Amino acid sequence: MSGKRSGLSRRSFLATGGAIGGAALAGCLTGGGSGEETVKLGIIEDRSGNFALNGTPKYNASMLAIEELNEEGGILGNEIETFAPDPQSDNQRYQQLTRQAINEENVDALWAGYSSATRETIRPIIDQNEQLYFYTTQYEGGVCDSYTFCMGATARQQLGSVLPYMVENFGTDIYTIAADYNFGQLSADWVRVLADENDANVIGEEFIPLSVTDFGSTINNIQDADPDFVMALLVGANHTSFWNQRTSAGLDVPMGTSTVMAQGYQHKRLDPPAMANVYGGFNYMEEIPTDRNQEFVSRYYEKFPDAAYINEEAVNNYFSIKMYARAAEAVGSTNQADIIEELEKGMDVSAPEGDISLQGPVHHMTHNMRVFRCDEDHTITVEDEQQISEQFLSETVGCNLRENEETTQYVPADYYEEADATQE
Amino acid sequence: MNALNLLFQFADNFAFVVLAAVGLAVIFGMMGVINLGHGEFIMIGAYGTTLSANAGAPLPVAMAIGVLVTAVMGLILERTIIHRLYDRLFDSMVATWALGLILTQGMRILFGNSIPQVSTPLGNIAYGEFSYSTYRVLLLPVALLVLGGLYVLFTRTEFGIRARATIQDPDTARALGVDTDRMYTATFVIGSALAGLTGALYAPTLTVVPGMGSSFLVEAFVAVVVGGPSVLLGTTLSGGLLGTIDAVFTNLFGTFYGQIAMLLTAIVVIRVLSDGLTGLVETVRNRVEGE
Repeated sequence: MSGKRSGLSRRSFLATGGAIGGAALAGCLTGGGSGEETVKLGIIEDRSGNFALNGTPKYNASMLAIEELNEEGGILGNEIETFAPDPQSDNQRYQQLTRQAINEENVDALWAGYSSATRETIRPIIDQNEQLYFYTTQYEGGVCDSYTFCMGATARQQLGSVLPYMVENFGTDIYTIAADYNFGQLSADWVRVLADENDANVIGEEFIPLSVTDFGSTINNIQDADPDFVMALLVGANHTSFWNQRTSAGLDVPMGTSTVMAQGYQHKRLDPPAMANVYGGFNYMEEIPTDRNQEFVSRYYEKFPDAAYINEEAVNNYFSIKMYARAAEAVGSTNQADIIEELEKGMDVSAPEGDISLQGPVHHMTHNMRVFRCDEDHTITVEDEQQISEQFLSETVGCNLRENEETTQYVPADYYEEADATQE
Repeated sequence: MNALNLLFQFADNFAFVVLAAVGLAVIFGMMGVINLGHGEFIMIGAYGTTLSANAGAPLPVAMAIGVLVTAVMGLILERTIIHRLYDRLFDSMVATWALGLILTQGMRILFGNSIPQVSTPLGNIAYGEFSYSTYRVLLLPVALLVLGGLYVLFTRTEFGIRARATIQDPDTARALGVDTDRMYTATFVIGSALAGLTGALYAPTLTVVPGMGSSFLVEAFVAVVVGGPSVLLGTTLSGGLLGTIDAVFTNLFGTFYGQIAMLLTAIVVIRVLSDGLTGLVETVRNRVEGE
């Protein structure tokens, strides 16, 4: 009895989905006028599994942006619909849901994925289908892709804000510990490039598998090398154990990071003083004291009173959804090729972190980067602030997506001798 | 290479392998049930400890609560689910794996993606330019105490003799008046309590999140497989072997090679010694006695 009923409802659900899909497709083909199109955004962010801690704020902030847009009349006079399943931190599920979002749900734009591994898993599907895609995590950089817009700060932007600050304040001997996968390896390459540009030296490096929870030997190795500061590019729940262990072992050398606190809010979760004297280069932490940010923070917690933190990626989802809406209004349709062309002209964006801008030819953002310091009570203060543009693709590689169609990820080792670890 | 560094790292690694494996080893060795939810039992112990400590309990009391909560959970699960799965090896693996998934997601739903963490007590031991967390080093004597306690329990008490009789020949044990059902329940509860103890001990030094159980699983299974059929001796020997190899390789070449060396050791031991380290001990002893 109940089985029969659910079968019926599923069929009618499919029929509705098909009708919506058909309408969206018709809209795309005719490039129709305002008030007649359906706008559907795909929001595929982890709410369970390994990355739930980082993905949940991304999902929340996306829903907040969409709710605010809908209150103001939606996009092109239409209420925004969402396709927002939980990918469960599983890359195979990401592939399946990405295909579903594109082929069955006909989403007009897609926000998906936390880790670089996830992005690289779904990017071929996105490129094959010429799907407009926003990747919002801070990442290693170098993705020059006609259909992908990278909204997070790149390693060169994040490290480029904190590393010069560390060199200036603590000295020139750097020890890098980094997560052992594509993001960590490439970020460590960037530490070497930036060290060279700032007349500093990387005196030691250790790559740590994501499964490692025991840092006794790593701490001893750092003590042995005796650096002026450590660059800690650690990722994930297992690596979070490093902070308690380093504090308990009495390792008090200052540490810079591009990964900790702004994503996994370790300063809120760990007992002080675990994160004392950690300096991060980020485009966002919820503690930014500006009025604009504090208003955003109170709107967020009004909608999600039980939420734990607003991380860097959440804010990137938030402003990029608003940015997409403005591009669609400017074009007058949800035609993806037209919107990409519009975005490639560049755009000034008013974001919670400050006034920033889209660098159209490379599909990346010029971010308002700050150096945040965590003290022994886990209070966050802003130590430094500057606008930093994406430089690797725009200046070093010479990527220009307005002129050339591309789907490449460039790596620093092909352009900088210091980044090529095999030459040492 | 600094000798004290190596010694402390060995202590740390030995304790981790032994404590990760001991609950699994008792349940597998005594009952033949492979508990794939073992890591999640450890996670429950860590949650019990951290939540009690956050509620104001002193750390030792919080740890006792963590152990108790896991033991009670083990009791309930044994009575409702596990006792149907004795002598059904593959069924028990699937069922306990599912239990692990339910526990992970259940804790996520109940307490969120993260809870406030407890900091590591007892400070550090400083020597020259180096220092090591006192708490992590003290886990070695704790691991040895646990092994010693289990040895006494299973060889020197009436309960131990009944439990071992139940394992070796349940029919004869029943004929002699041993309540074998109760023995199985008690053994499973002891295994659960040991997992809870591991969680309690590591709660102040690892990140307590719903998925933390998986970080114990590799060491636990490798230790049990390398150890072989004799539970206590096997866990001790594999803790010693794997702890040494991990400490030496990590110290010389970094954590990445430490992990590789440990897995290679497991492969070699499984290939060369199909009955694990205790199988080797048995063979040597038989040969010596035969001469």
